[in-house]
Amino acid sequence: MRLAFVLGEIGSGLRRNVSMVVSVILVTFVSLTFVGAAGMLQLQINQMKGYWYDKVQVAIFLCSDGSTAAGCATGPVTAEQQANLRTLLESPAVHQYVNDFAFESQDDAYRHFKEQFSNSPIVESVTPDQLPASFRINLKDPEKYQIISETFSSQAGVESVIDQRQLLERLFSVMNAASLVAVSVAGVMIVCAILLIATTIRLSAFSRRRETGIMRLVGASKAVIQLPFILEGVIAAVIGAALASGTLWAAAHFFLGEYLAKQYPDTAFISPAQTLLLAPALIGLGVLLAGTSSLLTLRRYLRV
Amino acid sequence: MIRFENVTKVYDQTARPALDSINLEIDRGEFAFLVGASGSGKSTFLRLVLKEDRASSGAVYVAGQNVANISSWRVPRLRRGIGVVFQDFRLLPQKTVFANVAFAMQVIGKSRSVIRDTVPEVLKTVGLEGKENRLPHELSGGEQQRVAIARAVVNRPGILLADEPTGNLDPTTSMGIMGVLDKINQNGTTVVMATHDDDIVNEMRKRVVELKNGVVIRDEARALYTSMIPVVGQSRRLKDASGRDPGPEPVAASPRSETSAALRSGTRAQARAAAEGTL
Repeated sequence: MRLAFVLGEIGSGLRRNVSMVVSVILVTFVSLTFVGAAGMLQLQINQMKGYWYDKVQVAIFLCSDGSTAAGCATGPVTAEQQANLRTLLESPAVHQYVNDFAFESQDDAYRHFKEQFSNSPIVESVTPDQLPASFRINLKDPEKYQIISETFSSQAGVESVIDQRQLLERLFSVMNAASLVAVSVAGVMIVCAILLIATTIRLSAFSRRRETGIMRLVGASKAVIQLPFILEGVIAAVIGAALASGTLWAAAHFFLGEYLAKQYPDTAFISPAQTLLLAPALIGLGVLLAGTSSLLTLRRYLRV
Repeated sequence: MIRFENVTKVYDQTARPALDSINLEIDRGEFAFLVGASGSGKSTFLRLVLKEDRASSGAVYVAGQNVANISSWRVPRLRRGIGVVFQDFRLLPQKTVFANVAFAMQVIGKSRSVIRDTVPEVLKTVGLEGKENRLPHELSGGEQQRVAIARAVVNRPGILLADEPTGNLDPTTSMGIMGVLDKINQNGTTVVMATHDDDIVNEMRKRVVELKNGVVIRDEARALYTSMIPVVGQSRRLKDASGRDPGPEPVAASPRSETSAALRSGTRAQARAAAEGTL
């Protein structure tokens, strides 16, 4: 009975205040979309880092079937060449710069590739023997990349020596700056949302002051009096958060999936499903926003 | 049922207190009028009973409980034991008579079936059977006040506070409302009514507590709106307070000027002493 009563009150409150509720929905929608965009950029950075990014700095790719580099004139790397390279890595001259290194076989490479490009159709056209085996090296001092590069580039069976970080870091710094901008815009919008929710609740409390006055007098509990107002704000914010989640999903599906992925087939993009991981966080944030701002407002404008 | 012990209420430190060391007890089942000019402290008295405000000093007991010791989340429970009626009715204009009364039960979580049974019964008590589906603006003032009374008593509170319930009504209608309040009082509810309506007070012959500038200056059983006792005759006044029917006095015909003159002549200390004498 009391639940039905509270629900009825929420319904009438939302109806009476349609324009304000719509504006709350829109503001939370826009602000949470920016929050979500920042989240998506970070997800995308993680996706592009792949398996090795945080673990090593330098990759020494070994010759495979399709290699065209000068060092690969003799065909794919042989077991003997591979052993030589390993010995060289362990030799004191090189070892003083190396923290740690790992060997990635063609099968390992294929496995990691499949993980990183799980959202891309490219996975189906790639087989393990197309991917080069590699030594992945974690340097004591990442600046010493040149030494490794000079030592190994000329070795037999080495296709190329690549400083992965250098390739990606510039891109990542752009993306990080973009997410910072998105977060700042989101911050401003969230302040807007909080103020707007507070105003909406105030108006709503004012337009129903007769009812709440009587509820107070006949001894309705604080929860029964305040819950309809709080839930009004929360419902509007949840709708806004759901719209934001939907927008992010659409962006991932249509922009990344259909457009960018075709333009840059060798880049790993996040999948639309991954953006839905952000949805609970966005909805939670919306509820938190609306809940706290309406609680604070009610404390001032709806005495119980 | 309601007991004030040395209660003082100060709204503004610079002005005189709204209530000044009030001592008063209203028993279970009693019917008491609270009279006095505007600003004499009647409304403050009612607000303190409801814990709408806190007393600046002293203790207010409602149903044996010091309201200062009631935590804020238990205040609703206190208020469920007190019905309140106002001069301006305070009905919800878009709800029917039935819905207005049912509202008081819904918000404290009464079940639909209990509401269906209780509301018509209470509406009958206040004399509104057959008008369940009217909207407030389709009713006369007296009928609207009956709805407000029904709403105040539908949860069977032990106390009914009425703040000038007849202030907007003509004398005949007012007497009808008083009949309803009397009936509720007969059923065991303590009724405290603040009023300016001398005809009603004189007609009802109930206990009268008169406030002036925050002080109880008179507390008489079965009394009239204005005191019938010359200020000098304190012994006779005590006799009246002890319950003897003062009978129709000539004072009743032109009571106001005489009493106010008497009050003006007596000092406040005298008046208070007299008031305390009657307690």
